[in-house]
Amino acid sequence: MTQIDYSRAAKYFLLQDFVKGFALGFKYMFSPKATVNYPHEKGPLSARFRGEHALRRYPNGEERCIACKLCEAVCPAQAITIDAEPRLDGSRRTTRYDIDMTKCIYCGFCQEACPVDAIVEGPNFEFSTETREELYYDKEKLLDNGERWEAEIARNLEMDAPYR
Amino acid sequence: MAEFFTQTGLGIALLITGQVLLIMLPLLLCLAFLMYADRKIWAAVQMRRGPNVVGVWGLMQSFADLLKYVVKEVVVPAGADRAVFFLAPLVSLVMALIAWAVIPFNEGWVLSDINVAILYVFAISSLEVYGVIMGGWASNSKYPFLGSLRSAAQMISYEVSIGLIIIGVIISTGSMNLTSVVNAQEGAGGILNWYFLPHFPMLILFFISALAETNRPPFDLPEAESELVAGYQVEYSSTPFLLFMIGELVAVVLMCALVSLLFLGGWLSPVPFLPDGFLWMFLKMLFVFFMFSMVKAITPRYRYDQLMRLGWKVFLPFSLAWVVFVAFAAKFEWFWGIYARWPM
Repeated sequence: MTQIDYSRAAKYFLLQDFVKGFALGFKYMFSPKATVNYPHEKGPLSARFRGEHALRRYPNGEERCIACKLCEAVCPAQAITIDAEPRLDGSRRTTRYDIDMTKCIYCGFCQEACPVDAIVEGPNFEFSTETREELYYDKEKLLDNGERWEAEIARNLEMDAPYR
Repeated sequence: MAEFFTQTGLGIALLITGQVLLIMLPLLLCLAFLMYADRKIWAAVQMRRGPNVVGVWGLMQSFADLLKYVVKEVVVPAGADRAVFFLAPLVSLVMALIAWAVIPFNEGWVLSDINVAILYVFAISSLEVYGVIMGGWASNSKYPFLGSLRSAAQMISYEVSIGLIIIGVIISTGSMNLTSVVNAQEGAGGILNWYFLPHFPMLILFFISALAETNRPPFDLPEAESELVAGYQVEYSSTPFLLFMIGELVAVVLMCALVSLLFLGGWLSPVPFLPDGFLWMFLKMLFVFFMFSMVKAITPRYRYDQLMRLGWKVFLPFSLAWVVFVAFAAKFEWFWGIYARWPM
């Protein structure tokens, strides 16, 4: 003689699972939405966020990059191409600094390798383009990025400094 | 002027066309917003925002979707039976729409007040399965075919129990006219006179069967995306797909109307001191649609064998027993005659 579990049978016939599920669903209907309304509101970014690249300058306007090519060497995707020549004043500077953003994997090795904090990955991640060619960044574009994002980049570097 | 519309052939045709448009246009307009409401409710339960970009609060989303569907390319798979392929969505939509001919929205607000209205609705909703079968077969593709086979089995199984459930209501009313069904639920008690109290278990059974009949979650096996991609709709795109979608939603709203009419007193006011009217019918349909949406949000999909077990081993015997019970209760006027509402 098998024992009949009456409470379980009652729950089954009274659709207890569904009533409970309905109550839970109804409760969550009025809870705050988890969705971030993206283009109008944005989520927080870490100071270490690795976004679009930028080449920085010193406060006096001199570009930081000394064409040591450490970033080019460390880049696992081989996205960086650098040519360098001595300038008229004898200092070593790049004549060409290209990053193929379609190859880049945003690993951040380039900014880790850089001895003078010249190449950095800024907080910008909204740089999609309509053509592929626009993503082949040259030195001019990267320096331009550096000027545009300098405030945020400097702040992020300062916030991260105690942990290095 | 009145003679023109009641005596001449052209007048009658014009009158009927006008009446049909008077039902179709508001229905399809409501459908656009019901689709939006469905998505919003579903999103809200999952703590999402849902469509909120097109128009104020995204209210125009359905119209944007409509435009998108219409301007897209119609893709016909190689080896498809073109005639049947394009006939299928039409059958699906037309069958869903013509069932509305007998649905009364208010006292006398009905296109054709026929005495076999329930049988008519039942017959038409049985034919709806042809749209799905034809679509799945004509696509000449594996998943659509499997999906349509499932759908056919599912819809036929649940039609059996829907039929038996409706018989209980018919016995209580003594008529198959939907207007009579609603009028039989009228009384001094207001909400207490409606059929959902004496026929309570059948309301739940009818609602669940309606979910299965219209391929709504948790019984959306024909389009189970994890197994069958999208079932019988896989090969459809553009306007034919839109027709399938509208047909499906019209069938859902039809089931909402049927639940309101058969169990929730149609256009009758729930309290005696408020007037009856179309607004009550509208509110009841909205309420039932809300339940449809909530069920979609809170339930996981049934397995195929569970679906068949529920249909044949639970609903069929239960509704059959209920028909016998109602028959006796009505004949011998048990429970103060609440099961016998026909005029003595």
